Amino acid sequence: MATYLIRRLLQSALILLGVSFITFFLLFVLPADPVRQIAGRSATAETVENIRQQLGLDQPFIVQYGRYLAGLLQGDMGRSYLQKTEVAELIASRMPATLLLMAGAIGCELVLGLAMGIAAALWRGRMADHVLMMTSFVTVSAPQFVVSLLMLYVFAVQLGWFPIGGYGTFAHLVLPAVTLGILGSGWYARMMRSSMIDVLRADFIRTARAKGLTRARVVLGHALPNAILPIIAMIGIDIGIFMGGIVVVESVFGWPGIGQLAWQAIQRIDIPIIMGVTLVSALAIVIGNLLADVIAPFIDPRITLR
Amino acid sequence: MIPAAQAMEPTTGAVTAPVLRVQGLTVSVQTEDGLRPLVSELSFVVRRGETLAIAGESGSGKSITSLAIMGLLPPPAVRVTGGQVMLGETDLATLPESRMRAVRGDRIAMIFQEPMTSLNPVMTVGTQLIEAIRAHEDVSRSAARARALEALRAVRLSQPERRMTQYAHELSGGMRQRVMIAMALALRPEVLIADEPTTALDVTVQREVLDLLRDLQREMGTAIILITHDMGVVAEMADRVIVMQNGRMVEEAATKDLFARPREAYTRDLLAAVPRMGAGVAQAEKPADAPVARLSDVVVRFGLKGGVLGRVVQNVHAVEHVSFDIRRGETFALVGESGCGKSTIAKAIVGLVPHQGRIEIAGQALEGLDAAGQKAYRRQVQMVFQDPMAALDPRMRVGDLIAEPLAIHGLGGVAEQRARAADLMARVGLSADQLDRYPHEFSGGQRQRICIARALALNPALIIADESVSALDVSVQARVLALLRALQDEFGVAFLFISHDMAVVENISDRVAVMYLGQIVELGTRAQVFGNPQHPYTRRLIDAVPVPDPAHQRMAQARLAGEVPSPVHALGAGPERVRLRDVGQGHLVAEG
Repeated sequence: MATYLIRRLLQSALILLGVSFITFFLLFVLPADPVRQIAGRSATAETVENIRQQLGLDQPFIVQYGRYLAGLLQGDMGRSYLQKTEVAELIASRMPATLLLMAGAIGCELVLGLAMGIAAALWRGRMADHVLMMTSFVTVSAPQFVVSLLMLYVFAVQLGWFPIGGYGTFAHLVLPAVTLGILGSGWYARMMRSSMIDVLRADFIRTARAKGLTRARVVLGHALPNAILPIIAMIGIDIGIFMGGIVVVESVFGWPGIGQLAWQAIQRIDIPIIMGVTLVSALAIVIGNLLADVIAPFIDPRITLR
Repeated sequence: MIPAAQAMEPTTGAVTAPVLRVQGLTVSVQTEDGLRPLVSELSFVVRRGETLAIAGESGSGKSITSLAIMGLLPPPAVRVTGGQVMLGETDLATLPESRMRAVRGDRIAMIFQEPMTSLNPVMTVGTQLIEAIRAHEDVSRSAARARALEALRAVRLSQPERRMTQYAHELSGGMRQRVMIAMALALRPEVLIADEPTTALDVTVQREVLDLLRDLQREMGTAIILITHDMGVVAEMADRVIVMQNGRMVEEAATKDLFARPREAYTRDLLAAVPRMGAGVAQAEKPADAPVARLSDVVVRFGLKGGVLGRVVQNVHAVEHVSFDIRRGETFALVGESGCGKSTIAKAIVGLVPHQGRIEIAGQALEGLDAAGQKAYRRQVQMVFQDPMAALDPRMRVGDLIAEPLAIHGLGGVAEQRARAADLMARVGLSADQLDRYPHEFSGGQRQRICIARALALNPALIIADESVSALDVSVQARVLALLRALQDEFGVAFLFISHDMAVVENISDRVAVMYLGQIVELGTRAQVFGNPQHPYTRRLIDAVPVPDPAHQRMAQARLAGEVPSPVHALGAGPERVRLRDVGQGHLVAEG
């Protein structure tokens, strides 16, 4: 286990290095000029050059990247071009909001998705199955901003059940979390359905029935723990997809997390923030996958980590 | 000790009232053309302490019958459409699910064919046993645990406390089947349905499980319905037999009478097709000219990786220092139980796994050959596998499947290849106008014939038949074995015949090598190995084979099921090398 973790952490470090390089390179070759954004429209060419020199943006790519990496290794993620604050501080101040939203959303997603998937598997081929799978198809294909705005319009504007936006109370959390949850639940419903159908055909399910167990015990006690394994691995991968969704949903609902921070930074080409948010997201994905892999042996004793 | 006579007089008192009475049972499947019967008008009774065997080949409806009794038919397509299943005064066929659930596991229990998949892989053995007890009896967890432990002791599992905390994958196949039996018998059911309980087990393990079932039956007086295709198992276990074919009962008789005086033609054919030990056709000694295949000191090891850098830390010693020759036109058999390395040798010969030592086919080793040379080498060796459906691409026509080796090696034009495929179809007993059909349109035996035709297409020097008849029904098996013999005479091809079935090996082979844990422990002609087995393991294998003769007597040997020796060793270490000694006329036996 210890050697496994050490190996995985080394791999993770390599992945983050790769992500930092690719992102930095993409931002370097971007045709937009961050210095123009900082200096403003009316700035003279001289001012622009000054700022460029100050920020070291006149240096060749490899020097810029080397400096960034050196800073990163000392825990310095750089300063925002426009907000004049440490990027690390900015991210740290916004991280709790994002983690809260993510927890709420993953919770919603799992409850909705697994319930739909299990129900569809048990009623396979019947009307309920078709309706559930149609629903999941709609949620999978619906664009994030459309669903976000629709939820906002119906439940906040028309019905007035929840605040229109902002952060602070549980009521603020409901709409963004449910929106993200609905959007993600379709994937889980479909995966859970096929996984459950496979498991329900297994010999040990027949054994469980032959023992005279109740249907609930057979499905929840025997089938579910086996069917959920591929779902666990999926949650790890899902965090990546989530990071994309969070940028849209946080912006629509005015949720002060790192998604919103990223959105603003992208509009202003605030490279240190974009780099920081990208790396933190990559770190979240790496940790998510690592957790999924480490949890798996506790559910399935046949899996050993080595 | 004759088991049949024992069971006739149960020690628990002479009770003759039937426990289970099946009357006119009809099970049908809903198809597009309406209801189609799978089991028709089946009637039988089972008495306390009695073993009733339901024997038949695949598709005879024997397993459907057992599922119908248990109320476990796959809904909604398959259901009971007529008749009664009377357990005492209750008709199980019409019982609502909630009441059926109370019967299942408590009054009727069942064990299945596949011990590997019949236990929940993510639940401990103990949890599954306790759950079975608590499903029917209102007892505390600790009381149920004590009962579970007692059940594990009753099935003679070593270290029962430890087994309670283990998972299925940590146990061998035989141990898992014992756990299944413990689970089924923990509540002392009136009826135990055993559906092919030993078919997936090695022969020595089968022996132990059959002995165990018989002992437990004697203690508890359980009525057993034994579903099996194996007439040897029937002869050893059953008091009475029902022979089924196409969902109907062909014949019902006391076991002794059925074997001595089968009334129906189908029963006679079935019994005639059963491979029997000591019934092998005497064959002339093959001339000892240059061998077709020569293996010298072949070793196959697989590395197990570990550590931070993922380096090899342990080795699986699959094959260790194996040497033998296969002569032209002979059938050389490799026998042994699962995991002994016999299939790994086959893979090494065709070059599918890397090996040390030297393997020559027609005087040529695979190593050091260029691509063209390797292709030519591979032309000399062809394989026929166990599962013909899995070995044939379902989207290719049979003609293309048979001609594919010719196309790969660029032999002849399309028309010639097709003519050759048609010729081969005829040789294996199929019709040339079936060339454009797909594999699923053929039966299991016919599919295996197609695989044999494909193996013959290149006129190889050696055909490796890896458990090629193991999945076939006995009557089909007998015909495929006869075909192999005829083809050998015709083409002069040598066979490497890999099997776990001692009776089949005894029937077809010229020479035999017995393998145990990756090494050969005995090698000789069929007469030497079967007539005069020298190594204790060989004798155990031969003794364990169920004999299709109810009069056959056998010494019972109760053994505790424990750990099996492992072929995994640390780097640098390894199993002790077995040295073979010639005990006369080339009969080699392990020393010590």
